[in-house]
Amino acid sequence: MEKEKAITVKNLVKKFGSFVANDNLTFDVYKGEIFGFLGANGAGKTTALKILCGLSSPTSGEINVAGFDVYTETNKIKNNIGYMSQKFSLYEDLTVYENIRFYGGIYGLKLKDIRKRADELIQKLGLTNVRNELLSSIPLGWKQKLAFSVAIFHHPKIVFLDEPTGGVDPVTRREFWDMIYEAAGEGITIMVTTHYMDEAEYCNRVCIMVDGRIEAIGTPSELIKNQNAENMNDVFIQLARKVKQK
Amino acid sequence: MRIILFIIQKEFLQIFRNKSMLPVIFVMPIIQLIILVNAATFEMKNIKLCIVDQDLSTYSRNLSSKFEGSPYFVIEKRTFSSKEAITYIDRGEITAAIVIPQGFERKIIRNEKNIKVQVLIDAINGTNAGVSQAYIISILQDYNKQIISKLLPVSSSNNGIETSRRFWYNPELNYKTFMVPGILVLLITIISFILSGMNVVREKEIGTIEQINVTPIKKYQFIAGKLIPFWIIGLFELAFGLTIGKLLFDIPLVGNLGLVFGFAAIYLIVLLALGLLVSTIVNTQQQAMFISFFFMVVFILMSGLFTGVESMPEWAQIVNKANPLAYFVEVMRMILLKGSGIADIFKQLIAIITFAVFMISLAVWRYKKIT
Repeated sequence: MEKEKAITVKNLVKKFGSFVANDNLTFDVYKGEIFGFLGANGAGKTTALKILCGLSSPTSGEINVAGFDVYTETNKIKNNIGYMSQKFSLYEDLTVYENIRFYGGIYGLKLKDIRKRADELIQKLGLTNVRNELLSSIPLGWKQKLAFSVAIFHHPKIVFLDEPTGGVDPVTRREFWDMIYEAAGEGITIMVTTHYMDEAEYCNRVCIMVDGRIEAIGTPSELIKNQNAENMNDVFIQLARKVKQK
Repeated sequence: MRIILFIIQKEFLQIFRNKSMLPVIFVMPIIQLIILVNAATFEMKNIKLCIVDQDLSTYSRNLSSKFEGSPYFVIEKRTFSSKEAITYIDRGEITAAIVIPQGFERKIIRNEKNIKVQVLIDAINGTNAGVSQAYIISILQDYNKQIISKLLPVSSSNNGIETSRRFWYNPELNYKTFMVPGILVLLITIISFILSGMNVVREKEIGTIEQINVTPIKKYQFIAGKLIPFWIIGLFELAFGLTIGKLLFDIPLVGNLGLVFGFAAIYLIVLLALGLLVSTIVNTQQQAMFISFFFMVVFILMSGLFTGVESMPEWAQIVNKANPLAYFVEVMRMILLKGSGIADIFKQLIAIITFAVFMISLAVWRYKKIT
């Protein structure tokens, strides 16, 4: 049975001057799956993610996100996606509730709906006590969870997470992944970049990028088997080394 | 529209939560008005004078007592030698010296021609020297008239041309009245231009701009949401400044205040759009600050706020056609001091509307959600 595709990318190329950040990427992401984008710093993960979000325009290639064309239907795409960047992107000088209200508001939600959903969300995240505290006064782990919740607050079809767990302690990381699973369970397609290889094993499928190219794509267990490796860490090191030796 | 309101709400929350903002909004205008209006004046008081009275006669004493009696002069030194007076000028101890030569009284009584008094002025600051000279000459002329009428009581009272002056719109030649409207322009320019520019760059720096760009928000919604709060603050600032100007300096609000605010509303759009334009070009608040500062200095110094546009060279006057500040300074003075109506400021109004349309289009065009 053909699975429904959430994202299709064919021959994506992105150049910055003579530097090729994304070299001929081709991959599909299926609906409801957690798709991991793995690679070292500077491998081109963030660049590719920004193109899919409509934050950056590709040099060439055919790209379709949530059924819409990246070149001509950017605004329709934006209605259907959520995004959490690697830079922390909530306002430190607004309270927890004010941040939620603002992002809900600019997605065009009604104030009545925002209030209702915000209350549910704050309760679920256990932030009731700090609902009216400035964001600058709450711990990073809580902020990251809030940032993720804000990114899916408007119920998008796809959510893009760019290194969402950077600088977060292992317990919070685990809780964060629980939230990702929950969102996936609700049918949201998740595309996540990371360079923590243990996180790669939480993904349904991963794609390993080295120097702007896709070196391998498949489920974590397939990749481990194909490379005769112990775990994802070995897979990644082998692939990265192979490219260096060439 | 609802989306714009959400942005405005967020901006106001952030502005008023910023501890340095409230002083900027409320204290800055008061300080600027008090300091600049009192300091930036061409009016001269207490000009330091040296009297070189080589005649030591009744007439010469009369003349020096005229200077003593004037509020504009302080007799700092007295000497008999003009050489010594020049040393005082060299040392900067005095601004001007009046040399009354020997034989002054004798010549007057004998009704001789060519009675001379020498005036020496320190002209390092040309403007000040000119003003000092004008004051000194007016006292000398006054004295002249007095002795003529004393010595030749009947026959010469009709002699000569008498000029009678009347200064319109600012009868007491009060520089404060003249400066307040200009300083107000300065004030709302700084507030609107710099704050709006910094604001968007700040979102770039902390990375929240990406989070906004990934939403389906339209360009005009974002720009309107960003500019309207500062537009409101700018207009509030003008009202606040006018109130202070009225209370502290009793400036005459002759014209239609509605017209002042109408013009200011359009002027603010120009400046806010310019600030936004700067913020789309630069990446850090520091860069934004430098570029804004460059524009501000050029705009302010050429605006006619401190030195009249009419006395600038022709090329500078042409350049000034592209200086929105020059129009606003002129219009503020015209309306507030002269009571000019909409017909009088029609030319400036058209110019500022053109600017507004041009700048806002440029800013919207430059602001891109995609890199």
